[in-house]
Amino acid sequence: MGKQAIERIVEKYGSDHADVLEMLIDIQEKEHYLSRETLQYLSERLAVPLTRLYHMATFYEALSLKRRGRHQIHVCMGTACHVRGAARILEQLERCLSIKSGEVTPDLQFGLATVNCVGTCALGPVVSVDGEYHGHMSASKVERMLKRYSETEANGVAVCQK
Amino acid sequence: MSKINSVGELAELRAAILDQRDAGRPCITTCLGTGCHAYDSQEVYNAFAGEIHSRDLADKVDLRGSGCHGFCEQGPIVVLSPGEICYCHVQPEDAAEIITETVLKNEVIERLLYRDPVTGRRFEREGEIPFYKHQDRLILGQNRLLDPKNIEDYLALGGYKALAGALAEMTPEDVLEEVKKANLRGRGGGGFPAGIKWETARRAPEKEKYVIVNADEGDPGAYMDRSLLEGNPHLILEGLLIGAYAIGAAEGYLYARQEYPLAVENFTLAVQQAEEYGLLGSDILGTGFAFSVKIKRGAGAFVSGESSALMAAIEGLVGEPRPKHINTAISGLWGKPSNLNNVETWANVPLIIERGAAWFKRIGNERNSGTKIFSLVGKINNTGLVEVPMGTPLRKIIEDIGGGIPGGKKFKAVQTGGPSGGCIPEQYLDTPVDFDCLEELGAMMGSGGMIVMDEDNCIVDVAKYFMHFLKDESCGKCSSCREGTTRMYEILDAITRGEGREGDLELLEELAWVMKNASLCALGSTAANPVLSTLRYFREEYAAHIQEKRCPAKVCPALIRYSIDPEICDGCGRCRRSCPEKAITGELNTPLVIDGALCSRCGICREVCHLEAIVVE
Repeated sequence: MGKQAIERIVEKYGSDHADVLEMLIDIQEKEHYLSRETLQYLSERLAVPLTRLYHMATFYEALSLKRRGRHQIHVCMGTACHVRGAARILEQLERCLSIKSGEVTPDLQFGLATVNCVGTCALGPVVSVDGEYHGHMSASKVERMLKRYSETEANGVAVCQK
Repeated sequence: MSKINSVGELAELRAAILDQRDAGRPCITTCLGTGCHAYDSQEVYNAFAGEIHSRDLADKVDLRGSGCHGFCEQGPIVVLSPGEICYCHVQPEDAAEIITETVLKNEVIERLLYRDPVTGRRFEREGEIPFYKHQDRLILGQNRLLDPKNIEDYLALGGYKALAGALAEMTPEDVLEEVKKANLRGRGGGGFPAGIKWETARRAPEKEKYVIVNADEGDPGAYMDRSLLEGNPHLILEGLLIGAYAIGAAEGYLYARQEYPLAVENFTLAVQQAEEYGLLGSDILGTGFAFSVKIKRGAGAFVSGESSALMAAIEGLVGEPRPKHINTAISGLWGKPSNLNNVETWANVPLIIERGAAWFKRIGNERNSGTKIFSLVGKINNTGLVEVPMGTPLRKIIEDIGGGIPGGKKFKAVQTGGPSGGCIPEQYLDTPVDFDCLEELGAMMGSGGMIVMDEDNCIVDVAKYFMHFLKDESCGKCSSCREGTTRMYEILDAITRGEGREGDLELLEELAWVMKNASLCALGSTAANPVLSTLRYFREEYAAHIQEKRCPAKVCPALIRYSIDPEICDGCGRCRRSCPEKAITGELNTPLVIDGALCSRCGICREVCHLEAIVVE
């Protein structure tokens, strides 16, 4: 992320170092990750130790040091979803995308992660893709859902079967 | 909008708003809460708006997009007043018919009415539906009556009347006394009396004080705070203002999960509107009281919902708990006296001030006043948010309101209190639900998650699930919690893989004791609860896993085996096509076979089979 773009975010919060988490969330949303250069710049700009920024970046689940996918898939692992079989859905997604939770496909198209609870328990099991909720999911619906987002049909998604 | 300068002007404005409105005019309320929204309720709303526009009905019919009504299972939900006709699973193409038949001709459309899954009976009015009928929706019930983005809707319902009354007619001490008398206990989990906490903060010597809304609703399976913030943000803001007045705070914070974007959006808008109307800022309603609110987002860390951790997060530090040698009410945010309550607790405050502590104490039971909102989820027919007086028996919530377990399955347990809570078996279903009774059972109220499990849920798997959650969410500061949760998880994982050993259960109990006594914050000290409560009531299920290498609920993949019943299978090939492991073989139109060595027990074959020919042993 360019310095100017970071500067716009910093100024939105009045350069207040107490709002550093807000700034990190904004950068994460735009860039899909926090680069080393970004963290270094922020550290100097706000006089916040770089170690604290790394602590935050690794402590909070919504922040990431690695690039995330253009389509970010979140599998809700809340209790309500768990008792309705969320683990099987996660396994099927991992199988279809050939990546593990927390990883991203080599073409950066899809990122896969779990979330503790998205708070739409009545729809469980829930998978959210780019913030769109897919309720009452099942392992057998995974492939169809992925196809809706796939930019290249032949890429990644079509390999749901070994 | 010009600023409201006095309590009198607020009353005038309210009268003027009510004057413009025709209470008898038909109103179509579409739920736009996150649950219904996921079922595309926005398109339903748009379809109504389109119909009203094209038929030139704008001055005859009102259209409102409201927050969550609670009956999320049935979304998108549309309620038509007068008459409170409730339609479920409404689609955009139903809009024209609803306007023609119900709004204009008063004819009810049978197929859109709620249908009881057990009796098949249909219900016309919202209040007749068993899910709503047995509730007491003092707080949540307001959601349906207003558009959360419109402050005038809130004012029309009497909003900010409690604040005006408190500022004009009560001293801060009076407000404090009222909340103490009401015995409002914190809805976030602990059940600590809010009035006592407020008093501690008020009496603390420092002049600068803070009030905080904890909207970091982290318990998986609980979403009542989300629905309140999304559906009625001004109610929370009014409660916070009254609390700030009582405590003597000039600044407040809301700390909300970043996973709740609509809640952040609606609360931010509410703050802007309140500033415009002079309900926030300096000299509020001309009384000299000054107060401002800032909004902070969390970024996904369960432990940050703990009060001292949350305050660290607001300060821009990592959201980890700090030792509380001195209470946060005395030394909290930036070392100043800080009073933190959760969303639902704040939501109760305007009601207590407006209607009085005596009224509030009449609801609930002796030591637990008022109502509590639960998210009734999991294996239950009527999933959604439920508000009942404290002390309501579990059975009433699960059977009368929840409508029992789907698919004729047998009830096994209900998990309450989130990751610090426990599982309650059938024999205790007549227990009144309040802070004290649940703790006696080894569970707890928590923030109000109520996850129902049936016979198909494995209790060891559920304990393992919570331990996995806690192991991930432990911040790692205390070794008892960091290592304890990890070790407990490893033991539980081994048990579910059929590698459990004699002595495992005793080891789990020993670890639980250490964690309980040696951890700094409540995450660590209560982390063993899900294991202890399941060991207390379901020990034989653990024993079956360890001794017989058997999962009675047929959940744990290593202990079960999938096969196809040749008597039932017609060889249609659906399962063969969908099997990700290519473990199913055989000729079409003849019974197929699963190769146990290749099968990963993903269960997809069972999902796609149209004959229930897949057997799990």
